[in-house]
Amino acid sequence: MQNKCGQFFTSYRQENRLFKTWFERFWLLVLFVGLILYPLCFDSYVLQLCMINIAIIAAVSLNVLTGACGQISLGQGAFVGVGAYAGVWFVQSGAAMLPEWMFVVFGGPFIPAILCGGLVTALVGMFFGIPSLRLKGIYLAIATLAAQFILEYVFLHWKSVTGGHSGMAVPAPEIFGYTFDTYPRMFYLTLACAVLMVYLATNLMRSKPGRAFVSIRDHHLSAEIVGVNLFWYKLQAFAVSAFMAGVAGGLWAHTARYLTPSPTFGIGLSISYLAMIIIGGLGSVLGAVYGAIFISVLPICLDLLAELVGGFFPELATPIKATKGGVFGLVLMLFLIFEPEGLAHRWRLIKAYWKLYPFAH
Amino acid sequence: MEHLLEHIIIGLALGSVYSLVALGFVIIYKATKVVNFAQGELVMVGAYICFAFTVQAGLPFVASFLLTLIFSVILALAIERLALRPLIGEPIISVIMVTIGMSAVLKTLVQLFWGTTKKNFPEVLPDVTVKIGGLPLEIEYIAAFILALLLFVIFSLFFKYSRKGVAMRATAFDQLAAASMGIGIKNIFAMSWCIAAIVSCFGGVIVGVIQDINTDLGHVGLLVFPAVILGGLDSLLGAALGGLFIGVLQKVCEGAAHEYLGLGGFGNVASFLFLVVILMIKPYGLFGTEEIERV
Repeated sequence: MQNKCGQFFTSYRQENRLFKTWFERFWLLVLFVGLILYPLCFDSYVLQLCMINIAIIAAVSLNVLTGACGQISLGQGAFVGVGAYAGVWFVQSGAAMLPEWMFVVFGGPFIPAILCGGLVTALVGMFFGIPSLRLKGIYLAIATLAAQFILEYVFLHWKSVTGGHSGMAVPAPEIFGYTFDTYPRMFYLTLACAVLMVYLATNLMRSKPGRAFVSIRDHHLSAEIVGVNLFWYKLQAFAVSAFMAGVAGGLWAHTARYLTPSPTFGIGLSISYLAMIIIGGLGSVLGAVYGAIFISVLPICLDLLAELVGGFFPELATPIKATKGGVFGLVLMLFLIFEPEGLAHRWRLIKAYWKLYPFAH
Repeated sequence: MEHLLEHIIIGLALGSVYSLVALGFVIIYKATKVVNFAQGELVMVGAYICFAFTVQAGLPFVASFLLTLIFSVILALAIERLALRPLIGEPIISVIMVTIGMSAVLKTLVQLFWGTTKKNFPEVLPDVTVKIGGLPLEIEYIAAFILALLLFVIFSLFFKYSRKGVAMRATAFDQLAAASMGIGIKNIFAMSWCIAAIVSCFGGVIVGVIQDINTDLGHVGLLVFPAVILGGLDSLLGAALGGLFIGVLQKVCEGAAHEYLGLGGFGNVASFLFLVVILMIKPYGLFGTEEIERV
């Protein structure tokens, strides 16, 4: 954590603050005011902004597991899918199972259903996390790959819950009688959830479990020796990560309002989440946010480019759109080779440069 | 199950493709400890290049096949030099992700050049059917099986007796010691990629001859993981046997699930369920090197 030269704390409270300077707090406020005003002033790209919020939640969740705890997961996309289906099921058929007081406190089935969907996903995640005690590195990656394929098959064939190949429609969420039936409304809901989840993840990382995760990633033997229970904390990492992924999934279902299992929650989604945390910077919560934004904005930029070029050379528009996957792969490779510590690291370097400018040394 | 024999034989043919892809995978892992998620895309590129030379350029099959081999060697060298070598010493997730990124790039390139429609290979082998156990079987399947077997024998002998093969095994065993004995580690890495590309290229052409090719062919690189894990990540024999076994398992489970449970497309999931079981009880596979560690 780099702070300004000459910034002196006089109490622990000041030092423990997430945003330590007025400068940071001011610009954060400006950012949120801007985000809140955006759907009121413009009506294009609001759906994409919702999806970016959801991607942020999912990327931050994967970052807890892979970035902080070092357990590679190729199944995060499927976990998001589990959350999506479980959330919708709890809103529709499973609402009777929820206790009465939840409806009163949370103003309807939506919030409890999303949370229960997250819990179901956490259980599924913990189940697939059990092998992590014995498996490391590539073996765990392959085990989670297996989870991805198995869950995808379940989505396709458990027709009574998921609707199978043809998919199913999802009703608009309702909280205290207020219906989130348009994209701008969903944008505020997803934004609130994303902020909450990023806040939770940040605080998790600087509390006891977060430190334990990092120690497991850095050296599992030393972690065990200093008293970190490997199995318990690995399971915890899987559970927390899957819970957040499940919440992201529930929001996804209610934003898209229509769920088809494949290829929505396929291996491609898992890979793009991994790409987000790598491009953003492994282990850094803020990095996951940058990465999620970057990877979500990339295809939008390619579409814009295709439109722009298509104006002059119409025959080039389709090939440019078709290169999305390749550009994604290329960006990923270039980041891994030239900036393995990701956008978060680059951002720190830029900040340090301007802080010291013009006296770099 | 009346079709059991049929499922087993088709499974063996499918398994021989798996064996080839797994062989390429294991060769790379053994020598360089790189887990190559782009193995399937190497297969796909091989198949498409061969298609281009045979159909689009109109060359005879043998000539185009040799040209395809040369092309895949060049491609493998480029991949190793440009993408993998800068990552030596990086954590495993970086290496995995770079191969995943590469697979996306290769797939997009193939789609740009050849589109996403199915392509048909010309008839290479005579249209003969052989009866095995009272079952008519096209000669392509038998050729695939024999070719896989042949390649496996050749590479086993290569690793056991040739100078380069011994050098590769030495590198796999202990890089530092091998380097100090005068083995060029970088050349070994490059060579293992070349061999893997050649083997995958064989796999691609076999798939092309058996059925038609499309851009989802790269998927086979992921489906081959159960085979590799069953055999052990660093064992050639394991890759060959694991590939055959997983091929049979897939076809038999698919047939059984279809007949008794009415589930379609169960084969791939069956092999992944099996993979989870292996990982739980014997994570280093049948013939893999066990890393023993007590905590």
